[in-house]
Amino acid sequence: MSQFIQAVQQDSDLKARIIPCLDVRDGRVVKGVNFVGLKDAGDPVECAKIYDAAGADELCFLDITASVEGRGTLLNMVSQTAEQCFMPLTVGGGVRAVDDVRALLLAGADKVGINTSAVKRPELVGECAEKFGNQCIVVAIDAKRVSKVGEALRWEIFTHGGRTATGIDAVEFAIKVADLGAGEILLTSMDRDGTKSGFNLPLTRAVADAVSIPVIASGGVGNLDHLVEGIIEGHASAVLAASIFHFGDYTVEQAKKYMASKGISMRLDGYAN
Amino acid sequence: MKTVIIDYGSGNLRSAHRAFERAAIDYKLNHQIVISADPKDIENADYIVLPGVGAFKDCYDGLKSRTGVFEALHQAVQVQKKPFLGICVGMQLLATEGIEYKGSQGLDWIEGRVKIITPNAKIDLGLKVPHMGWNKLSLNQSGQSHAILDGIEIGEAGLHAYFVHSYQFSPQNADECILTTRYGQQITAMVAKDNMVGTQFHPEKSQKLGLDFIANFLTWKP
Repeated sequence: MSQFIQAVQQDSDLKARIIPCLDVRDGRVVKGVNFVGLKDAGDPVECAKIYDAAGADELCFLDITASVEGRGTLLNMVSQTAEQCFMPLTVGGGVRAVDDVRALLLAGADKVGINTSAVKRPELVGECAEKFGNQCIVVAIDAKRVSKVGEALRWEIFTHGGRTATGIDAVEFAIKVADLGAGEILLTSMDRDGTKSGFNLPLTRAVADAVSIPVIASGGVGNLDHLVEGIIEGHASAVLAASIFHFGDYTVEQAKKYMASKGISMRLDGYAN
Repeated sequence: MKTVIIDYGSGNLRSAHRAFERAAIDYKLNHQIVISADPKDIENADYIVLPGVGAFKDCYDGLKSRTGVFEALHQAVQVQKKPFLGICVGMQLLATEGIEYKGSQGLDWIEGRVKIITPNAKIDLGLKVPHMGWNKLSLNQSGQSHAILDGIEIGEAGLHAYFVHSYQFSPQNADECILTTRYGQQITAMVAKDNMVGTQFHPEKSQKLGLDFIANFLTWKP
């Protein structure tokens, strides 16, 4: 057990969080989920209910809708989900302005993720935090390693699904948005996303140690040890995962029990009876 | 019975509304839950809820700037002594004052101050601010429980509650702090005085514990 975790847990009963993430387009879950007993894998509300009952600590919807009409569908979906789930709900994707944040919060989101728009215009983070409080503004950072082998590690922000380099240093950007009023950072390693080879731990740790706000580790989870590493080695406050839960490799309960067995304080009382 | 959730331009009002409706249904309580900024609704209400996310000063100003709301709230809570629940910043507003980069007076219904969660040495080692996530509730040192906690287990064996905040309320009178949560120090999780209760945690986001708590509030007769 690392000194870091010991120090955190000695003086606090706050638990590390597990956050399943669902990709949504036009109000439907895409890339699919595969639960036993799920009637409609594309129905976000059904999926949310299952994760709610499974003991997820929060739920994240990542909206990949391109169209304006789709946004209306998204709001409707968020609203229906919030009606059924009494756990915190973060919605990200396509947020460009203060009014987008307001619309999502009014629909029932508790936190809103801002990604590309925060890179283009960081002041948006401050404007939203001032209006709605920093606790509900999550800045999503997609980072990729740009240093060569043998060089000091360095990560840059990439946009457009990891295709477009911005030249912005990921750690410096994290510090900047934290100062501007972000309440949390959702940090995705574009090198690892979808690889199932584990979080980018040096990146996660560099960002988590640089800011005083919570960091959610994302990208690359393939097994339960990866979740443990994200907290213990990466110093993240929460871990986000998609496919290992969606396809039934592991349940949230298994993940929590495993992390607890490795000495991480987890909330083990959230399962439906 | 009628419960009004006060809309003063802040807060995840829909979340709160749904959770209150759900608690009323689950516990078969004949409660109408309305979101409103209309002083008439506050006058007609039997139970009053002040939700809140955001900055203390913005919330206080939002409350003050809505015509007649502040007066109606004062009449209902301080004169008629209707049951009142403040959530998160809605609870912090009960304080005498909030100390942020812009200081602000509060409702001063429960004497005390709202200050930032003290960044201590441990913060470098992972105690982040905002205090965000699921934490345990404990009875305050005085050990006095409260009617609104009937049937809700508190302490090590109890369920967790969901928190998300950067500021904490320290009541002047320690007896008015009913619950605490441990985060580097003991942080106020619930205050109570006469017909008023306030929670730093979000009952509307705390699953079973939260719905039980809300149902208790809706049947509370202070």
